[in-house]
Order: sequence, then C-alpha cells, then structure tokens
Amino acid sequence: MNDLDPRAFDLPASGAPVNLSRRGFLGASLGALVLGVSLPVKVSRAQEAAAKVVPGTRFPAFLEINPDGSVLFRSPFMEGGQGVHTAFAQIIGEELDVDPARFTVEAAPPGPDYLVVMGMMRITGGSFSVRSSYQTMRKLGASGRMMLLQAAAQKLDAPLEELTTEPGEVVHAASGRRVPYGEIAAEAAALPIPEEAPLRDASDFRWIGKPVARLDAHDKSTGKAVYGIDLKVEGMLQAAVVHAPRRGQEPGEIANLTEVEAMPGVVSVHALPGAVAVVADRWWRARRAVESLEVSWKEPEADATNVMPADFSSEGFKQQLIETPGPGLVAENHGEAATALEKAPKKLEAVYDAPFLAHGQLEPPSALARWNEDGTLDLWTPNQAPEMYQAAVAAENDLKPEQVRIHSPLLGGFFGRHFLYHGASPYPQAIALAKATGRPVKVIWTREEEFLRDAFRPLAVARFRAGLDAEGLPEAFFAEALGEGPTGRWFGRKPEDPDPSAVEGIADKPYAIAHRRVEHVVVPIPAMIGWWRSVGHSMNDFFYEAFFDEMAAAGGHDPYELRLKLLADKPRHKALLEAVGELSGGWKRGPFTAEDGTRRARGVAMASPFGSEVATIAEVSLKDGEAVVHDVWVAIDPGSIVNPAIIEAQVNSAVALGLSSALLEEVVYTDGEPEARNFDAYPILPPEKMPRVHVRILESGAPMGGVGEPGLPGVPPAVVNAVAVLTGERIRSLPLSKFDLTEGGA
Amino acid sequence: MELTINGETRRIDSEPDTPLLWVIRDEIGLTGVKYGCGVAQCGACTVLVDGVATRSCVTSVASVEGASVTTIEAVEEDEVGRRVVAAWVAEQTPQCGYCQSGQVMAATALLKETPKPNDEEIAAAMTNLCRCGTYNAIAAAVRRAAAQG
Ligand code: FES
Ligand code: FES
Repeated sequence: MNDLDPRAFDLPASGAPVNLSRRGFLGASLGALVLGVSLPVKVSRAQEAAAKVVPGTRFPAFLEINPDGSVLFRSPFMEGGQGVHTAFAQIIGEELDVDPARFTVEAAPPGPDYLVVMGMMRITGGSFSVRSSYQTMRKLGASGRMMLLQAAAQKLDAPLEELTTEPGEVVHAASGRRVPYGEIAAEAAALPIPEEAPLRDASDFRWIGKPVARLDAHDKSTGKAVYGIDLKVEGMLQAAVVHAPRRGQEPGEIANLTEVEAMPGVVSVHALPGAVAVVADRWWRARRAVESLEVSWKEPEADATNVMPADFSSEGFKQQLIETPGPGLVAENHGEAATALEKAPKKLEAVYDAPFLAHGQLEPPSALARWNEDGTLDLWTPNQAPEMYQAAVAAENDLKPEQVRIHSPLLGGFFGRHFLYHGASPYPQAIALAKATGRPVKVIWTREEEFLRDAFRPLAVARFRAGLDAEGLPEAFFAEALGEGPTGRWFGRKPEDPDPSAVEGIADKPYAIAHRRVEHVVVPIPAMIGWWRSVGHSMNDFFYEAFFDEMAAAGGHDPYELRLKLLADKPRHKALLEAVGELSGGWKRGPFTAEDGTRRARGVAMASPFGSEVATIAEVSLKDGEAVVHDVWVAIDPGSIVNPAIIEAQVNSAVALGLSSALLEEVVYTDGEPEARNFDAYPILPPEKMPRVHVRILESGAPMGGVGEPGLPGVPPAVVNAVAVLTGERIRSLPLSKFDLTEGGA
Repeated sequence: MELTINGETRRIDSEPDTPLLWVIRDEIGLTGVKYGCGVAQCGACTVLVDGVATRSCVTSVASVEGASVTTIEAVEEDEVGRRVVAAWVAEQTPQCGYCQSGQVMAATALLKETPKPNDEEIAAAMTNLCRCGTYNAIAAAVRRAAAQG
C-alpha cells in the first residue's frame, strides 16, 4: 500500500466497544468474555454489505478470555513476519492487564463484523496495522478490564473502587482476596459495555514500548508454524498449473493428453483461463504431469483486453517512458518553478529509472478450495485483505459473500504480494478445480509460475530539472514521475488526479526549496503491477535523494550539510538527520581508507514514508566491480512506538530488501515474458551481502507512523550516493549489478 | 522402498525420482520442511541426511535409501538442535518464519560438525536465503548457540 490518507478511513479515536456476547454472537468457548469493537462506518457500501448479512452466521468476536485465563485475540491484520500479532497482544494486554505471553492471536475471518473495524478498508498494508487501530485496541482492552472488575465486585461483594488488577486477576487488597480472570469471564461477559474505562497512563506501561518477545518465535524455529501451503483438509487433491507464457493467450491443443492422464497419481487434466492444470493425489505428481503437457497456446482474440503484447520488453518500455513528453498531472506546486528555473544562474537536469521488481516472498502462492454440500465455499489462501477476496470470490462464483468463508493463514512473507490482483493469484484455479473434481483441491504455484504471474513493482522513470542560486542552493525544482502506480491501477484514479503511489517520495519532500513542481505523467504499463514494500517510495526516494546529491555537487555543497541547511525549519527531520550522523560516529563522506585497507565512502538519504520519518547512512566500498555495503545506520521516528525490538527487526528486514533492490534485483521482460523464472536468474540478497545494521529509534510524539516499510526507501539512494563518491560518476539506474564499478574521479 | 526419517523407518510408494522434499511433505505428511524454489537456491527445504545439511528439493528419495533423514520436526530431540532452537528464540530470529526451518537445520548441522565455528565457517555454512533479511539475527543466534555448547 502507498501512504494512506487518513481521511479515507475516518477512524475515530473513540471507537466504542460493544459486547458481542450480549448480541448473541458468543460462539467459541462457553463462558468466555467476548469483546468486539464497533466503530462508526463512514462508507455506505460497507453499511449496505453489513445490512445484507445475517448476524451471527459467523463468529465475529475479537477477544475471548478463556476459563484458564488465556486470551484469544482474532486479529483484523495478518501476520507475515512484521510482528503485528505480538504488538496487538502487547497493546490489549497492557489495558486488559494480561501478560502478552498468555495471548494466542489468529487472523479474524472476513465479514461485516470486521468491516466495521476498518470501515471499507480492512487491509494489512501501508504499514498501517498498529497505527490505525492503536487507540481502538487500547479501549477494547480497557473495557474488558472494567467488565472484569465489575464482575469481581459482584462476586466478592466489594465496592468497585476498592478493586484493582494485577496481570490476569482482580485483587481486593483490603481483604487479601484475588479472583483470576478466567473465573469471572462468563459473568463479565453478561455485563453491558462500560461507558467509561480509564486507559493506563503511558508512564505505567509494562509492555507497550518494551521489547516484548514475539509470540511466534518458537513455533517458527521448530517447523510448527503452519502456512497456507501446508494446509490439508479431508479428501483433498493437489494441483499444479502451467500458465500461458503471455497474459491473454489461452490453452489450445494438448498433443499428449492421453499419456499424461496415465501418469502416476493423475486424477484429471484441465484447461483453465490462461493456464492448464493437473489434479493429482500428490503435488509432485501433479507438477511432473502438468510440466509434461505439450500445450499449444492460442493467441488472444483481436478484441481481448488485459493482454500482454507479444513484443513487450522492459527496455523498450523504459525508452518509451523516457521519451513520453509532459505535461503531467500536478502532484505538488509551490511558487513558480518554471520561471524560477529559467532565471536560475545554474541549472542541472537528469533522468533516472528503476526496474520491475518481484516480491519474492519465500512462500510460493497457494490456494485450497472446498465446495460444501450446502453450496458454500471455503477458501484458504494467503491474503492481505480478506473482505476483498470474499467479495471477489462471491461475485466470480455467483455466491453471496456470506456463502464464502475466507481463511487467512500465516503469511510466509508478503511485502504487498497478497492483495487482490486479477490473474495473479491461484485462488480462482483452486475454486474451479474443486468444482470440476467435486473434491477439495489445493493449488501450489511453482516458483517458476510465481515469477511468471507475480504483480511486479512498476518500472518507473523520473525526469528532474533544478535551478541553483548564486550560493549554489536549490531554488527551483521540477520533477516528472513517468509511469503508472499500483494504487491507481487497482483502486482507480480520477482522470485529473495524479496517482499518489506514483509520486510519493518525489512530491512533498521536506526540503526548503522555494519553487517546486512535481507532475505525474501517466503511462499505462502493460505488465501486471502491484504494491511492493514501500511502494512508490521504493524507487522515488532513490530518484529524488540521488538527484539531491547531484544538486549539492553542482552547487559545491556537502550533501549532508545541504540537507541540514534545507531542513533548518523542520525540527523533526533535522533531529533525525543529526541522530543518524551521530549514530554513524559523525558524518564523513569520504573517500577514506578503512582499517582493513579498503577505500570507503558514505552516502546519506532522507525519506518520509507511511507516516514515519527516516534518515539513512550507508558505508560502501568497491570490490571486483561491485559495491560492498558494510554498514547501514538508520534513524527512524515513528512518532511513538509499541515494540522497539520488532521495530529494529523490521528496519533490518527493510534494509535487506532495499539493499537487494539497489544491488541485484531486476525483472527483465523480452517478447512479453519475464526472463528470470527462479532465484538463480533473479538473485535476491544472500547472507554474505547483508551489512551490519544500526538502528536508533526516536519518538518525537508525532502521530504514530508505520514501521514495516519505512526502513527501505533510504537505502538505495544512500548506497548509490556513496558509490558516486567512490567512482566519481553518478549512476541513475538500478540495480548496480548492471555496472562495472571502479574507483575514479573524486 | 524404505526411508528412515526421524528414527522411524517407513515404506514409501512415491516414484524413486521424487524429490525427498515432496515425499516428506506429501507422503509422510511433515510440513515443517518448506518449498521455496525447488532448484537448490534458497535452502528452505534443508534437512539432515546422515547429519549433513541437504537441500531436499533436489535430492531424489531413491538417493537417500538406507540413510537417516532428520527433519525440523525432530530437531529438539537432539541436544545441539535444542540449543540452536533456544538461541533462535533468544535472538528473536524469525520474522515470517518461512525460511527458518531450513536455517535451523543448517545451523544444527554446522554445530554438530564444528562446535565452535569462526565467522568464516558460519558464513560458509549458513547460505540459505531469507527474504525477510534476518541474516544478522541468524548469525547472532549461531554464535549464541555455539557459545553455549
Ligand atoms: S526449495 Fe530447496 S533450495 Fe529452495
Ligand atoms: S524469516 Fe521470512 S524468509 Fe526468512
């Protein structure tokens, strides 16, 4: 997801909890206190959807306190490594007064009861989970605690004011009596939701803001964690698919159908939209058979839409972007950029580009579908937006949404991969095959099919022009972002509006440049595109922050000092830049000789992604024509925090992915097909290229920002800026592996 | 044919050229071992064959007949494996976790062979990919497990 506009959600801080058990929703364990949250819903579509659904047909609770005192939390957000389930246990546990370690967290099912949590947008993305629901979840926990206190007051026949709580129990100090939560959960469940439930003072936090251990570390270290690809249901068959080389082609003749049907374990062979499938008793047998099929692919009909052109190439498309003239749609406009540019005593311009990128989450996509006798459908598939999947599945199969149960497994990485991208998910294949065979079917895509049908980070180009004043300071800045963003592609865009996911990272940068204008020149991309960790920032901050160093060099300024100067009236950014400088032992650009004799340099970059602010410094040397990144220092200000250990882990993770994109990654299309179909031809960051990562977290008190994505965008420009110091040449295209890097000039 | 896995000998009816990975996952039903790439690139499928870390996606089941296969499911039955898991938890290593079965098996094989590895030996043995970038935590966990051995 790109940066989300909070106005689109209208999430009030005052979301009032409702007692679902009193509404007859109590379903799982008898005697459990079941709490849900009801928030005002802004979007009428969601209200309509809610009105159509029979209440109580699904189990909608968020929170159960079990008789043994353990707590089950059904999370609106998916866990895919970002630690969100642990963060919720901390937040709710803090207010409920239950040790987070006593929580079990699982992904909630879809349905109107969960739509009311997020309005129309229940998504796991945009580094949005915790920051969007922090207050709501605190209130949920506080209400539960109050109800437990009230139930204990009745049971102990003691005045409410004399009661307090300790983790997992209500305490009456005067009489020395204690009541475990589990013993009064049922009574508490019968009480109305309290009007007032005080929140714990932040100075008394035991778990929020602390490096609480992740709930899933042991299961994930012992193979016990279960992912979508691991799921089984009774009577299940397995399927493998081979897609048409290009989108739009359809399966024609299969020359050796009879032989393949006779292969071991094969149940049936199917032609599907744009693909062929084999269903078998075991997946390897299905794969072996489907890859033995001799299929002739038919070219798309002349009027077919959504077709990958047979002559599409990433290089050709890049050239097309470079040559597409403006003007574009205005994303940012201050002052008179055009006039100021003309008048500026010194001018510079540059064109940057960045390639398509694959998500490369380590778990290949899978989907398990089961049609039930009552006509309902169960679907287990990795997803970041269960209600959207539910709506799509219902529409595609002529079902009502409530006839579709979406199960959201733990994600083996996601990074934006599991939003609803048409044609980029195996779920329609699983549903069709389950229908055709009358058995539950699990489809697993091979890594090769995943590279063929992933929704890639868009290839993009940016054109910059800048004017410097007599002191060499930037006074005029004009940028055009060329291409298409995933948000416009999948959520729509008004014709006159730029796509925020195409310009974020170039527009609205914090630097004091008097005249600036940013435009989005829309050029539709024939390839399938999607959100990729940090979205537009993943390339745009590279474009901008590298060009910033070009402006500094042209004006004779040090890039770090120039940033400081242009952030003089932005205390939050300035503090961050100073913090990262200090963290790295004081800014030094280099080149300098390190203790091991290597020649090194440092680069710096700033980014403002997903409500957080980040400053990054990278230290680089060159070896055998390649960049070696030794250390990355990141200062991050998410406003306020829930778990510093998880933030540090997320920054490490984002640095790894950002560095991977800077050094290695590029999806190359020729003749309408991506060339690389596995990690051998599409290398991702291996362990030996992982730098040391040093993180400093600042809490400025600004509104809470995201932590999953913000560590990424600063890395490519910081690395490239350091490389420019060593080589004396400016690289304006990624990845660096395309270039033979040798020390020169500077 | 027969396969000895986690100390138990089982009859196998998969075709002999079936990758060990898919025999373990689909025929035996142990899904802790993961499929990531199928071409020996990522290491998510790492198991121990007679104690040696092995990428099971490119290892035919026939080739391990008579050998002893250990999967992540049995890792804590081994003293070194237990220590590795404890270190993994102490360092809070996993993020999405998908690669971690393979990482833990690779580390266990390393420490059984080389109880006190230096950084080069760690780097040489720990080559599995992690898309979540947990590499620094992995290296720290290996050092921790070694230090406690
Ligand atoms: S699945 Fe075996 S190495 Fe990737
Ligand atoms: S923890 Fe996600 S791939 Fe390693």
